Amino acid sequence: MIQPSDSPMLNAAETAALRTRQKARNKVMGLILGFLVLLFFSISIVKITAKQPHAPAQGAEAEAGQADHS
Amino acid sequence: MTTANPQALIMPADWRDFFALTKPGVMRLVIFTAICGMLAAPGSIHPVLGFTAILCIAVGAGGAAALNQWWEADLDAVMKRTAGRPIPGGRMDRTSARDFGFALSGLSVMTMGIAISWLAAAILAFSIFYYSWIYTVWLKPRTPQNIVIGGGAGAFPPLIGWVAVTGDITLMPVLLFLIIFMWTPPHFWALALFVQIDYSKAGIPMMPVVAGERSTRRQILAYAVILLPLSMAPWFIGGTGMLYGLAAFLLSGMFLWLSIRVGLRTATPGDGMKPEKRLFAYSIFYLFILFAMLVADRFATLYGLQS
Repeated sequence: MIQPSDSPMLNAAETAALRTRQKARNKVMGLILGFLVLLFFSISIVKITAKQPHAPAQGAEAEAGQADHS
Repeated sequence: MTTANPQALIMPADWRDFFALTKPGVMRLVIFTAICGMLAAPGSIHPVLGFTAILCIAVGAGGAAALNQWWEADLDAVMKRTAGRPIPGGRMDRTSARDFGFALSGLSVMTMGIAISWLAAAILAFSIFYYSWIYTVWLKPRTPQNIVIGGGAGAFPPLIGWVAVTGDITLMPVLLFLIIFMWTPPHFWALALFVQIDYSKAGIPMMPVVAGERSTRRQILAYAVILLPLSMAPWFIGGTGMLYGLAAFLLSGMFLWLSIRVGLRTATPGDGMKPEKRLFAYSIFYLFILFAMLVADRFATLYGLQS
């Protein structure tokens, strides 16, 4: 990231313009990251829900396994 | 690197320029054909996963477009049509475009693999490689057949959309791929006929520049002739119903008629290249409506409106 201090050519107005642009980029990046969090959360919920019908069977298998060992 | 305004590079690139790198105009057709491929496929997909698959295809296409502009920045600077793009326009440095392209490509492929299937992710990865390397780096500067083979890059979205639903590759998605593959040369050469000065300035061996106008016109016609039966093939093999078959016949018939008008004429200076511009505009309309009819046909069959 380019900082205003890196470039002595920038005057006050240019520094303000640079800050405005950085803020706009940060806002967009924040929105994208927030959207990705929501998306991956939704994908996880869908995947977990889709697998749920098998869950009791797996539990039953585990119980059966324990019964065999006992 | 060629930049119009080097002073502007002191500023970090605006987010709108990153968005412009993804070629949003081209992406509309990519998203649309991918949705159509998904909706026309037999089976169903959860709306969240369907949305994710389309998003991955769009982001992957955006990543490939960014890599294309990173590689071609010098060529873009020479052509009037592309001189205003973020890199040749001096609003972004090349490295940012490259990193952005790789990041989008990687993110889209990984998300597709995790959320949908690794087969769909592999095809998406190959389509990005196909466009950004096989077409952009390898073919485009070397052969006038660049568009023919490069057309494959734009043909992947409906195939990936279909595979996202079914999980395997059958003849139907391959036919959808081939339709766009055969549609691309007449679509692009119609454009190249009226912007060929730009391509010759950039030294890109585009067909009208290398083989001449006459040969290009004949080849446009040849592809349009092949496209007519090919677009109807999904109906011939029983993959669609009568609704799609009839629509494909009428739409491709019109495509052929406009191609005949372009293929058999000789342009004269100052004639405005109207038949070529009309064919180019119609080719976009053609693909949108053809794929929309594919979906309409599927729903008509589902709701018992046709056998």
